[in-house]
Amino acid sequence: MAAMRRRSRFFTLGWLWLALGTGYFVVPLLATLVFSLKTGRDTYGVTAYKEEFLDPAFRESLFFSLKLAVFTILIVMVLLIPTAYWVHLKLPRLRPIIEFLTILPFVIPPIVLVVGLLHGFRWTPTWFRGGYLILVVGYGVLAFPYVYRSLDAGLRAIDIHTLTEAAQSLGARWTTVLFRVILPNLRSAVLSAAFLTLALVMGEFTMGQLMQFPTFAVHIAYIGQVKATGAAALSLISFAITWIAMLGLLLLGLRVGGRAAQVGGTH
Amino acid sequence: MPYLELRNVTKRFGPVAALDDVTFELEQGEFFSLLGPSGCGKTTALRIVAGFETPDAGSVVVDGKDVTRTPPNRRDMGMVFQAYSLFPNMTARQNVEFGLRIRKRGSEDRSKRARELLDLVGLSQQEDRYPYQMSGGQQQRVALARALAIEPQVLLMDEPLSALDARVRVQLREEIRRIQTELGITALYVTHDQEEALSISDRVAVMSAGHAEQVAAPFHIYGEPATPFVAEFVGTMNRLESAVVDGATGRVRWGTTELAVDAAKGRSNGARVLVLVRPESVTLEPLPNGQGSADVLSGQIVTSVFLGPVTRVKVGTDDGGVLSADVPSSSAARFLVGSRVIARFSAEQARVLDLA
Repeated sequence: MAAMRRRSRFFTLGWLWLALGTGYFVVPLLATLVFSLKTGRDTYGVTAYKEEFLDPAFRESLFFSLKLAVFTILIVMVLLIPTAYWVHLKLPRLRPIIEFLTILPFVIPPIVLVVGLLHGFRWTPTWFRGGYLILVVGYGVLAFPYVYRSLDAGLRAIDIHTLTEAAQSLGARWTTVLFRVILPNLRSAVLSAAFLTLALVMGEFTMGQLMQFPTFAVHIAYIGQVKATGAAALSLISFAITWIAMLGLLLLGLRVGGRAAQVGGTH
Repeated sequence: MPYLELRNVTKRFGPVAALDDVTFELEQGEFFSLLGPSGCGKTTALRIVAGFETPDAGSVVVDGKDVTRTPPNRRDMGMVFQAYSLFPNMTARQNVEFGLRIRKRGSEDRSKRARELLDLVGLSQQEDRYPYQMSGGQQQRVALARALAIEPQVLLMDEPLSALDARVRVQLREEIRRIQTELGITALYVTHDQEEALSISDRVAVMSAGHAEQVAAPFHIYGEPATPFVAEFVGTMNRLESAVVDGATGRVRWGTTELAVDAAKGRSNGARVLVLVRPESVTLEPLPNGQGSADVLSGQIVTSVFLGPVTRVKVGTDDGGVLSADVPSSSAARFLVGSRVIARFSAEQARVLDLA
């Protein structure tokens, strides 16, 4: 009887904490939604959303940031997938050093990072250092910890040594091993890294602002200064884009991850 | 002419010599096993043959060609690993086809060969299953089919059955032997399981601390161990540290008892020898009056362990030694713990090794 009462109390407390947690995240969103729908003192409508969708600056900044995200994802993947694979396979002693490096983007202030980038890439042609590619490099640095850690977790989950050696014994070259054996089994980790990078680039403000590029986050900040409801609408749009991306990851992850568990026994 | 040779191969990992001047040869179509405890160097030897490790000294020769520096993907050797090694993103058939795809074989040819091999390992009905949908035994069968699909010069197997349960292990090892004999492929097999090695191999190399202690057919490894290590490692062996008392007639003294051992004939009197006797060669008789004599081994039963068809009885001899004997389980009731017995073995069934 006492045990039942204790279980029931635990159950109630569990729900209470869940409600509190949900409220903590949902209430600000609801408040933002309500505010973004305000058209007057007591009137509501979708004017702010309409205005934003009709504003060419919104579309331009959105597509610009999406373009940056795609380039960043490509660059970090090309650089980090072979690196992470090689470190796991041949240079495991380097892992602590790389893990330390992944912390650096969090501790170096963005202004230092921007100045360092502009200084470090001084020698490059003007089309590179003056164009958006320099921002892609900066975003690559910011995305490095998320991408590397995601790939690292993916590589830990599979026996890359055995898979690599099995493929080699069957005649595969390094590129074949990487593209046909390792990469398909890292799909979940690669997707996770890609969506984290997408979310990061779509929301990154400081670098875009300091380098004076019209990114989506810079546009939101600008709208926030001139149209309060527009900024709230944009924030929710940005939030929706991120969540759609995350949902995509979840669905793909479910498809891929379902294969991971061993169903059969040892017989 | 040998088909595969390891010539004076040495491999060190830091201060540890995993292989120290190891040499062995395989004839074409031979099933050769490397048997030994963990850390003896057997897997290192296999990995050197596969090309995953490079020896510090020595060479690997296959069909007369030195392949010591050839990368693993150009060695044409199929390998079955200890860990499950099927590519998780591919079905059983795709796994088997992988090596053929790399060799740019046509799709029809690939499918036909994959089906033949899956049929050979008894998995033709499972070809569209992913590894996660198969049991460990099925996965290892597919791994075997995949390794055989490329028609390798040598089939390498690194403890392929160690993750499986006992019943499947026995079943699969017999299948491996059947397939190897059927295809006439040269196979190098690594295991720490003596029963596995002795039951399926043409020859076995027993390894210890980076050395091949003995290379011989299973019958000889079991019956005529060449070193104390082999005697100790393969099967259960009574080791009687003795001294030759009469080399002419083959008599040795173990403790206070004099024993007739044919293999001791010709050794000089006073020489220290190790007399080796298998428990199945020792017979026991109840000792009704409880008294022994100088020329028979007498003692008291200290343990009795049921092993199915036989019961292993340990006798504490009157002069402080211990001797194991296998008695048929049907007559084990005559040999209860605490009872006194006489132990005998025939003079020709004991082996003798010189002690330093």
